[in-house]
Amino acid sequence: MSIWDRLRGKREPTSRQVARQRLQLVLVHDRAKVSPQLLQTLKDEIIAVISRHVDIDRDGVEVTFTQSKRQSRLVADIPLQGGSRRQK
Amino acid sequence: MPARVLTITSGKGGVGKTTATANLASALALHGQRVVAIDADIGLRNLDVVMGLENRIVYDLVDVVEGRCRLRQAMIRDKRLSELYLLPAAQTRDKTAVSPEDMVRLTDELRPEFDFIVIDSPAGIERGFKNAIAPADEILIITTPEVSAVRDADRIIGLVEAEEKETTYLIINRLRPDMVRREDMLATSDVVELLAIDLIGIVPEDEYIIISTNRGRPAALDNSSPAGQAFRNIARRVMGEDVPFMAIRESPGFLDRIARLVRGRRI
Repeated sequence: MSIWDRLRGKREPTSRQVARQRLQLVLVHDRAKVSPQLLQTLKDEIIAVISRHVDIDRDGVEVTFTQSKRQSRLVADIPLQGGSRRQK
Repeated sequence: MPARVLTITSGKGGVGKTTATANLASALALHGQRVVAIDADIGLRNLDVVMGLENRIVYDLVDVVEGRCRLRQAMIRDKRLSELYLLPAAQTRDKTAVSPEDMVRLTDELRPEFDFIVIDSPAGIERGFKNAIAPADEILIITTPEVSAVRDADRIIGLVEAEEKETTYLIINRLRPDMVRREDMLATSDVVELLAIDLIGIVPEDEYIIISTNRGRPAALDNSSPAGQAFRNIARRVMGEDVPFMAIRESPGFLDRIARLVRGRRI
């Protein structure tokens, strides 16, 4: 990183911040006993099931973990195709 | 009142379980409590050398469990503190020589005569760990501010919760305030936030720990050791006193900010 980047306020994350972020992610997966691969499988199957009944935007689907205190939550965000109420 | 059983565990090896056990047990005895320290790391006996009692071992934990001696015969009285005892681990056997039920029976026999029983758990999550936590009333989970140690501590917290042991406390060991100020080490607040359990002690990195282990004299017995002071504070908190955390400056000061600007790292 150049001195100009630094003067413009661009900063690399510190190793403390990197450690904290990496741990946050690792702990969520450890606690839920879910690997990133399993998360991908879940996502693929959720898409398959939902799209059998509703048109969804497959590329916009996000399956993630959120976490509050010691409880983890699986969150699927599934955007519907088109999004308008107009009949086809 | 019968003794409370405290187990010190961590998951990861080398984060300071044995040192913490020796120091907490010594500090409790220093505060007038009747204490037994139990080395549950069978096959890798170490608490005896850290406490400086290695030359006086005749019988061990496995001898007691297998009925070759009475419990009292295996207990070694500390040289310096008359109310402190050590029950050493066997060196020649493995963890399967003792069961969780054996540990419960053994501690139940000790409870009426003592105030605290402090158990040093082996690393890992197998039989030895299960033996160590089976009789525990309170579990002290020790970690260093490093990703691998914190991750393992989190696993241990999960396992302990699964055993329905409600009372768990966190000890953060070997904290280097200078590195935290440089943003190159996880801060106390980061670790507490990630693990979400109650903090009972912050122990600063202290080279005196190595010297004290060399001599077989726990740092808690020395007034000039910062880590020793931290362990004495933990002992008082365990005894129910409200002791403020030692002033360890973790936020950057003016000079740290200048230094970081020069090196180009974020504050």
